[in-house]
Order: sequence, then C-alpha cells, then structure tokens
Amino acid sequence: MTAETVISCKNAWKIFGADPKKYLRSMPAGLSFDDIRADGYIAGVKDVSIDVTRGEMLVIMGLSGSGKSTLVRCFSRLHDITGGTITVEGQDLMSLSEKELIELRRNKMGMVFQSFGLLPHRTVLENVAFPLEMRGQDKHARRERALEVVKLVGLEGREEYFPRELSGGQQQRVGIARSLAIEPDIWFLDEPFSALDPLIRREMQDEFLRLQGMLGKTIVFITHDFDEALRLADRIAIMKDGAVEQCDTPDQIVLNPATEYVRKFTEEIDKARVVRAGVLAQGQVMGEGEPVEASASVQDLARLLVQDARAVIPVAQSSKVIGGMDRAAALEILLEAS
Amino acid sequence: MADITSDLKADTTSPAQWSRSKWASVLLLVAVVLTTLRYGGLLPDSLHRIPEAMIPPFAAWLDVFFNFVKDDLGLLTLTRTLTEGLEWLLDITANLMFGKRRWPFIGPIPWTAVAGVAAVVGYHLGGWRMALLGAGTFIWTALIGQWTIAMETMSVLMVAAPLAFFIGLGLGILAWKYAAVNRAIKPILSVLQTLPFFTYLLPAVIFFKVGPTAGAVATTIYAIPPMILMTTLGLQKVPSEVVEAGNMSGCTKWQLLRHVYLPSARTEILVGVNQVIMLCLAMVVLTAFIGMPGLGAKLLAMMGSFKLGRSFEIGVTIVLLAVTLDRMSKAWVVRQPVHFERGTPWWRKHIVLLMCIGVFVFFCIAAQFVQVFAEIGRKQNFSQGKEIDTLIKGFLALDPVQNTTQAIRYVLNVWILNPFRDFLLSIPTPAFILLVVAFALSLGGGRPAIYAAIFFGLVALSGWWDRSVITLYSVISAVTLALLIGVPLGITAARSEKWSQRVLLACDTAQTFPSFIYLIPAIMLFGITATSVVMSILIFAMVPLTRYTIEGLRTVPPEMTEAADMAGATRMQKLMKVQLPLALPTMAVGFNQAIMFAFFMVIIAAFIGTQDLGQELQRTLAGTDLGKNFVLGICVSLMALTFDLTIMKWATERKKALGLPD
Repeated sequence: MTAETVISCKNAWKIFGADPKKYLRSMPAGLSFDDIRADGYIAGVKDVSIDVTRGEMLVIMGLSGSGKSTLVRCFSRLHDITGGTITVEGQDLMSLSEKELIELRRNKMGMVFQSFGLLPHRTVLENVAFPLEMRGQDKHARRERALEVVKLVGLEGREEYFPRELSGGQQQRVGIARSLAIEPDIWFLDEPFSALDPLIRREMQDEFLRLQGMLGKTIVFITHDFDEALRLADRIAIMKDGAVEQCDTPDQIVLNPATEYVRKFTEEIDKARVVRAGVLAQGQVMGEGEPVEASASVQDLARLLVQDARAVIPVAQSSKVIGGMDRAAALEILLEAS
Repeated sequence: MADITSDLKADTTSPAQWSRSKWASVLLLVAVVLTTLRYGGLLPDSLHRIPEAMIPPFAAWLDVFFNFVKDDLGLLTLTRTLTEGLEWLLDITANLMFGKRRWPFIGPIPWTAVAGVAAVVGYHLGGWRMALLGAGTFIWTALIGQWTIAMETMSVLMVAAPLAFFIGLGLGILAWKYAAVNRAIKPILSVLQTLPFFTYLLPAVIFFKVGPTAGAVATTIYAIPPMILMTTLGLQKVPSEVVEAGNMSGCTKWQLLRHVYLPSARTEILVGVNQVIMLCLAMVVLTAFIGMPGLGAKLLAMMGSFKLGRSFEIGVTIVLLAVTLDRMSKAWVVRQPVHFERGTPWWRKHIVLLMCIGVFVFFCIAAQFVQVFAEIGRKQNFSQGKEIDTLIKGFLALDPVQNTTQAIRYVLNVWILNPFRDFLLSIPTPAFILLVVAFALSLGGGRPAIYAAIFFGLVALSGWWDRSVITLYSVISAVTLALLIGVPLGITAARSEKWSQRVLLACDTAQTFPSFIYLIPAIMLFGITATSVVMSILIFAMVPLTRYTIEGLRTVPPEMTEAADMAGATRMQKLMKVQLPLALPTMAVGFNQAIMFAFFMVIIAAFIGTQDLGQELQRTLAGTDLGKNFVLGICVSLMALTFDLTIMKWATERKKALGLPD
C-alpha cells in the first residue's frame, strides 16, 4: 500500500506528574509503567509510534486506563505530548502556535466524545452549528449546513430540541453531527457508543458504517469493546499501560497475537467470524473448482467447508484467484470456535 | 466546653488522635490549675488579664495606616469619584421606584404596574402560586402603606445586587483561572464572611458618604464572597468533555469562556445570583444603622419606640419580599430550556416579554386616570398598626403569658446566663486561651489548635478581652440552648418523610429572612432586655441546627438502617448506634453554621443593648474611629474563624473516615 500518511506519531510520550519534561529527559531507557509510577509519574502514552493513512479506520482498543483516550487527545493536541513528535498532514503538532492549532481544528478535525460533550443551553441545531459559529461563518450559511448534517444523522424534526430532551442515542447523533459540520478530514471518536445500551449501540454502529461508507474519512476510533473493534476496524491497535502492544489487521491480531497480553485478550473471540478467506489463502497452491470470495469469513463458509471434499479451495478477489485456502486449516478455526 | 472535649476524647480511637487528646487534656489541666490559683487569690493580676500597659495600640496604628491610604495615597479622592457614579445610578432607580426628584424624572412607576409584572414573571417561573406570591407581596406592600419605604430599599438593592453579581463573577473567573489569585482571595473571603457587618458599614460611610451610596457599597461588598465561590465552583465542575468539545470546535480562549464555560456553569452561577439577592436584602435592611432610609430604618425606629404593631407589619413586608425574591430566583435556577415546535410564531416565543410590557403599559396608563392605581394615599392604606399593637400588648399583659415570660426570663438570667457569664469572666486570660486551644486540638488537631492560639492571643492583645468574652458567652449560651431545642426537633421530624419535608421547607423559608427580622419576636416576648438578645440568637441559630440534623439523618444510607433493623435494634438503639454517629459530621456543619449565625446576630442585638463588642462597634458608627472599628470587627472575626476552622476540619475528617460524600 502506498497510501498517504495523515497522522504520523513517532516515539510519542505523555507523562503526567510534577515536572514530566525533566523527568522524561533524565529517565533511563526501558523503564516499565510500574517503575515510572513508583517515581510518582504516570505514563499516559508510552513511546508510541503509529501511522494512520488516508481513508483508513484505525481502532485503538484497550481496557480503561490503558491510555487510549490519552493517545487520541495527543493526536488532537488536547494534551501536549511530553516527548517525541506527532505530525498531522505534515505539520508538527507541537510546533503549531495557538492560532494555527485553532485553524487546524476548525478546518480539519472533528471529534466525538463518550458522554457527548453537548452544550446544554443550545438546541440541537445550535450545537451542530457551534464549530461553524466559532470560525465565524455567517448565520445563514451555518444554519444551512447544520440542517444538512442534522438530516444526515437522521435527526430531522428535532432541530429545536435541547440535549436534555433527547435520548442517549439521539444525543450522540448530535455529537456526530457536530463533529461532521465542518467537513473534517480526520475524525476522532472516543468511545462514542460506550454510554449507550447494547441495542442502540448496534444501531449506531450500523449508522456509523453507513456514514463512513458515504464520507470515507480518516478515522481514529477508540473502544474497549472487541466486537465493536472487529466490526469496524481496518487495523486495530491494542494498548496496555500506555504502550501499543500490537497494531495490525483484525485477522492478524486474532491469528498471530504478538504478545501474551494480546493472546489473552483475543482468547474469547470467535475467530471464525473474524478470519477471512483472503488471509488463509496461500500463493503456492491455487486449488481447483469454484472459488470463494476473499472477504468471506470462515463462519460464512462453514457449510461449504464441511461439505466440500477439496483439500485446497481457491480464493478469489474481484473475480481473480489470489491463492488457495487449506480446508483443514479453515476447519480447524471453525471447530476451535465451537 | 469541658464536657464536649471529654466526650469526644472517649470515642477517639486511633493512636494519632489519642496523643492529640492527651495533649488536649494536659492543656485542660493547666487551665484548671490556673483558674483554681486565681480563685485562691494566688495568681497575680498580670496573669489574670494582660495589663493595660502591655497592650499594643492597634487602633492607633490602624488609624495611621488608614489615614495614609485615605489621604496620602488619595484613595478618598478615588472613592468619592466612584461615589458620584454610584449616586447617579442610585438616583435613577430612586426616581423610577419612588419618584425621587432626579434624572430621568419619569417615576414613580405605579405600584400596580410593578405588581402586574411580578405576577407575569412569577407565572412564567413557577405557575399560578408564584404569580400569586409575586403580585400579593407588592399588593400587600402598597395597601399597608409601606410602598415608598419598601421601594427605597428596593432601589438600593437593584443597584447593589447587579454590582455584586458582576464583581463576584469577574473575581470568581480570575480565581478559577489563576491559582495565585485563588490563594490570595481565599483567606480574605473567609475573614469577610465572618466579619461583623458593622465593620463593613463604617468604612463605607467614611469612603462613600452617608446614605444610599454607603448603603449600596456595604451591601455590595457583603454579597460578593458567595458569588465568587459559586462562580469558581461552577466553572470547575464543567465536564472536561464539554470543554474538549469546545476546543475541538476551534474555540479561542475567549470563545471558550463565553460560549462553553459560563453557560455550562449556569446552575451554580444562578445559585450565586440567588445568594447575592438574599444577602443584599439582609444587608440593605441593616444599613439602617448608618442612616439608610427604607424598610430597615423604619423597623429600627418602630422597634426602638416599642411600636410592636407597626414593627410586625414591616416585618411581614420584609419577609414577603425575601420569600418572593428567593422563590423566584430559585425557580429560575431549576428552570430548564424547553424547545418550541418549528413554525411557532415570533410572538408566541416571546409571550412572557410581551405580556410584561402589555401589563406594564396598561397599568401605567390606567394609573393616569385612576389615582389609587398610581399611589395609595396616606389615609387610604389599610395599616392596622395601632390595633395590632394593642392586641399584642394586651396579649402579653395577660397574667399567664406575663408569668411565663417572666419566669423564663428569671430562670434564664439568674440561674443560667448570669452565673455562666461571671464564670467565663472569672477565668484568667491564659487559662481561657488554653481551653480554646484544647478544644481546637482535640477536635481539629494541630493546625486549628495553632490558629486558635494565635487568634485568641490576638484578641487578648486587642485590649477588648472582657467584651470579647461576653460576646462569646452570648454565642455559646444561645447556641447551646438552640442545640437543646433544635436537635431533638430535627430528630423527631426526620422520623417521617412528610415531616422532614415540612420542617425543611420551614427552615429554608426562615433562612431567607433577613436576620433583623429575628429580633421582632424576641422583643415582642421579652421586651428590650438581655433575654431578648439570647432569644433572638437562639431562634436564628436553631434554623441551621434543625435543618442539618434532618439532612444528616436522611443521608444515612438505607442499607445501614436496614442492617440495624435486621440486627434487631430498637428504635433508640438504631438512632444512637447507627444514625447519629453517621449523621454527626453533617450535623457538625449545621452546628458550625449556627455559631457563625450567632456571631452575626449577637452584633445586631447590640441594638437592644448589650455589653459586648457589638455595642462598642455600634458606637464607633457615630464617629470616624476607623481603627477601633476594625480592631473590634477583627476580634469578632478571629473568634468566629477559630470555631469555623476547627469544626469544619473535624467534619471533613470525620466524613472521610466514615466514607461519606462531602
């Protein structure tokens, strides 16, 4: 892949404490999270290097306190990093003046928050128009645009409601609409659906996928829910104690966990649902007969895997066979799941 | 006091506290020894009271300082300039409200128009009942013939309250934004909140002329501290995600404050507004002492000449105004925005404003044709002052009533109050200070004990020791009596939800009354005597005690009382072993507030005739003795602060130990 890098994060550190800058300079290499804590500091982000390419959906996941929210706040410079560099579209975030930072946020970034972060004294429409108002757009134009986005998230007819008059799901739609109002290139979502109950969460995920299908933004999405991550992600970064344990595609994370922690994390996952035929396809033996789609998961192919007698089944991407899938290996994944 | 400390020693268990209580008992012992020596005639006079010669002339020093600031630094010129601006504002409201002959020469606004607007606003905020309350208050004021004096009071309030709001808001924002400002402001605020109001009044008079301007300044300063506190609190409580959302929307710092922080802190800021209004009302009534005309001055004059009927009527007016302002501003706090359906016509969205204008214009025009709509004449009002006066005095002269009040007076004075006062006065100064330090140490620990030693040491050095002790005596005896009545009342009320609600409502309402009001029933029953002083403090201090007792008992988690029930506790056992221990920290907050209220009230009671600091303070108002006024005020403040620091420290520590929320 030669896609353009949008966010590039190199050896980023975020340390909380009395004098983090000084501490980081004098810190010996290789200290663990607990060592740092023993010195009276908290490593919110610990030596993270990660790149996000244009149009990609990167899901950052981890337990609470693992530093995922801190990391995304470093990407948007809601937190100033202590060490390392983060560049967004080629600009070094930490070197931006306040004015340039505001410009960047006004034109390129949108963010959705876990508990919505809506302004209680403003109506839905006014909340959505808020970023436009801040950048000084005229009243008529921002109303027009706000109505458009409100319609996009399906809140037509509720424009004049106040946040407290809406359900949680509706409030988050307002949050999403607000973050989209300025047509950002980069979209941060910090556990946007965690505060919602499971049924609504599912519905909002579908809604979100629909929007992403239309808009194709560069997305950094935070969640602690593995199922959610698997549903949405192009790549998943798993964090623990401020550090990224592994960053890879969902299949790879499930099939080849990099560390013990990731293995434990993925243990409970139904691999058959995650692993796709494309990943299992090997170049050497193509197999014969009717091919299966690369994007089909092992579970989708369950019936075929059980009934088919071929040892190697060809896998095709856009009607072109890219390799052969070892049926026994696929069956193994299917059986492991049950 | 000895009783309290020994009681508390009994239930402290941890080793740190044990050594604390050990130290406290050593101090106690030394104090007892000193006092015994004094009784035996063995203690030299110089150890009983600090000799006159050793007392530093604080007042003279302060005078030198004030004069320097006033004349050499030119503060007086500055304040006199400010006075002109303030006077201009006050003249406008005075002209509008009661027709003072000043620019803009429009007023007075007909009383019917004011009552009408109050009704519409009341309806908007709280439905028919609030409308009735709003209109009723103003109709009563007009019909009883107090319109002009009430509006004199209101015209100052209308200037002082917004001023206090804006200054408080500004300082609150600064204190929230800059830690240094916060650190500088905190101690000043706590002194300001315990400083007796007479100490606000004299500087106001000296720097801002006698009359409404000084009244407005004193009122404003008095009302600022809670506004600062509420603003800071509100801004700190804005959820971080809302702020981050503001940042991500590309807010500049100013936009963030204006569009995100301030609107999100709306509730706390409006609570601050409510407190500003109530404190302004309480203070504006008290400015009668520096010759501010209005309800307070009238009440003062009527009580002074023992005209109980008129005092009662004015009292009712003040209470009604207080309740109306309080209820309306509180209704505004809890009012949440509600959307209009799309396509609602413009007039429908602004119906309240339009109605207000409509009612106002209607009555203004009507008043041109119907004289009583504009003004109730001197002969037309319904004041029953004389009749009520005869009624009350007749009732008080009834044998059983007179016997009761006299018996209470006798028992209180001869058996309890006077002996207690004489006992306190007989304790040598060092022993007294040791007692207070022992109290602070056993309750609050080291830091409050050090403060207690410094604060009371300063009081001893001020040269007003005896008067300070008498002030303290009034406070302690009144609060103790209030405890004996208020706590059982609270416990009884807390037994049923219905009664808790009722008593809490009564306490809430009583707390909105300006403190001056509490003198009226005391004077009615006990005349202008020392008993009235204690009685008025008692009633005033009972309100927070009862209220916090109920709240403390109600916040005991239900699992705990259920556990006690299942353990087979009787009602009494449950109360003593489970509910009271858990409610105690909250009750301590009420106790603290009662003491603060008592310190406040005891100064007002100087009006009845006391021998304490308040009396001296009141005397300074007649002159320009700023130094002495400050020394006296600081004495009161230091004593109050000692209790405040100690009790609040204990309550917070205890709450933490019990795992109760703050």
